[in-house]
Amino acid sequence: MSADSTPTDNINPAVDGSELIRFDKVTKRFGSNVVLDNLDFSVNSGKHVTLIGPSGSGKTTILRLLMTLLSPDEGTIKVGGEYLTHEERGGKLVPAGEKHTREVRKNIGMVFQQFNLFPNMKVLRNITEAPVHVLGLSKDEADERARELLDQVGLGDKADAYPSQLSGGQQQRVAIARALAMRPQVLLLDEVTSALDPELVAGVLDVLRDIAHSTDITMLCVTHEMNFARDISDQVLMFDSGRVIESGSAEKIFGDPDHERTREFLSAVL
Amino acid sequence: MNEITAGLWGLLFDGLWITVQLTVYSAALAAVVAFVIGLARTHRLWIVRFLSGAYFEIFRGTSALILMFWIFFVVPLLFGWQLVPMWAAVLALGLTYGAYGSEVVRGSVAAVAPAQREAGIALSFTSAQQLRKIILPQAWPEMVPPFNNLLIELLKGTALVSVVGVGDITREANLVRNATGDSAPVFTVILVMYFVLAFVITRGMRVVERQAKASIGQAPPKSGGITAKLGLRQQVETSQSAGGSS
Ligand SMILES: Nc1ncnc2c1ncn2[C@@H]1O[C@H](COP(=O)(O)OP(=O)(O)O)[C@@H](O)[C@H]1O
Ligand SMILES: [Mg+2]
Repeated sequence: MSADSTPTDNINPAVDGSELIRFDKVTKRFGSNVVLDNLDFSVNSGKHVTLIGPSGSGKTTILRLLMTLLSPDEGTIKVGGEYLTHEERGGKLVPAGEKHTREVRKNIGMVFQQFNLFPNMKVLRNITEAPVHVLGLSKDEADERARELLDQVGLGDKADAYPSQLSGGQQQRVAIARALAMRPQVLLLDEVTSALDPELVAGVLDVLRDIAHSTDITMLCVTHEMNFARDISDQVLMFDSGRVIESGSAEKIFGDPDHERTREFLSAVL
Repeated sequence: MNEITAGLWGLLFDGLWITVQLTVYSAALAAVVAFVIGLARTHRLWIVRFLSGAYFEIFRGTSALILMFWIFFVVPLLFGWQLVPMWAAVLALGLTYGAYGSEVVRGSVAAVAPAQREAGIALSFTSAQQLRKIILPQAWPEMVPPFNNLLIELLKGTALVSVVGVGDITREANLVRNATGDSAPVFTVILVMYFVLAFVITRGMRVVERQAKASIGQAPPKSGGITAKLGLRQQVETSQSAGGSS
């Protein structure tokens, strides 16, 4: 981004050095359904932030906007100081080209509720394909790193299996390894255990706890696992109807929330 | 009435060889057309979708026979160049069956779960990489059975080429019939020839389908001798993945 470009009204020029993600007046509609309404929020580098809130409140939409699976109707999103779906050209903010978006997106990894492993690739190749063909790592480097990650998620012996031969919990752990192999600055986690049989949830959460404690990766997490959220979160955001109605430390939000709506929600899910 | 002499048998086998060549060349052209048009019909630019859709509708709506007449008789009058009969036939069959095939490609690509493309985006693959590494490998096994049907249709469609003077099985059989004055033996022979060709195609496509499925982890790859490879031995279809879960 050029340093001499003139900020326009849309641009928030004040960027804190440690701010990794910023939503600036983001509005997202599906038809007449306004899902996010002038949403402002930011996430600082290295923090673990959990989004909670009732179903349909727009949590998934936020993560999908960040992953560029959706684009905002209004407002801007910045990641690492770069606009995600916009580009500055001649001092003006214009919709970004595919190439710019892909560059910024390389900093972001995502784990999906339904795993979404590639069934046509064995486990190892699921993990190495993007590092080799997107980041340009050598095959050996990528293989070595993938095997380390598989060990880390407890699946060192499954490198040569196809995804269809794994349980849901194993598939989700591979999906986590696949996302980490891209060395993203931020990891998006959208209810990653809610498609799993109850007995497989703990294994996946343990892997995520380990990552949260042993790396400095930024995590943005949507979950209904409140104990997990309490363990890993530096900050919890309570969403309702596309707005942040309350935010604070895990202790504060789970222990003594200010808002009646937060209290109601927590008593319903806990 | 006369016997089918050795010389006449020679004619029939020449015809068989021509039919095989016609089928192979037309299928190769049809495959290229099917993928280009089929993928263009899923393109994000409307003009690309429109043009490829128009191709599909036009070539589906006209018969290969009429197209063959045009390419062989009308195009020379309009443009002054004349294709040899064999290539006029291949062009007409390839363009027509390619249009049918494009529907198979389009449908199979559209049937791959959208979440697979999203996972590709999340890993920053380019659109071309998503197509090549994720979408097509998963769509391919779905394409093989309908492609097999089209290939059989194409084989039977090659019988049309005698109208532009290509010496395929059907044309040679007519010559043999005129020579012997007896219809039943020679038409029985070509019936069997077409059937054997169709049978070989189907068996070959079974092998292709099994390998396509194995390559995406849906069935264990089969090994074994040439009979197993050609699928001549009865195979016990194993259902789904063999691996365990924990
Ligand atoms: N692709 C879509 N098309 C139309 N409506 C959608 C789509 N995705 C989400 N929505 C709507 O947006 C709202 C927020 O959805 P979502 O972000 O998935 O909520 P949450 O993840 O908090 O449950 C819901 O009302 C949902 O119906
Ligand atoms: Mg959701």
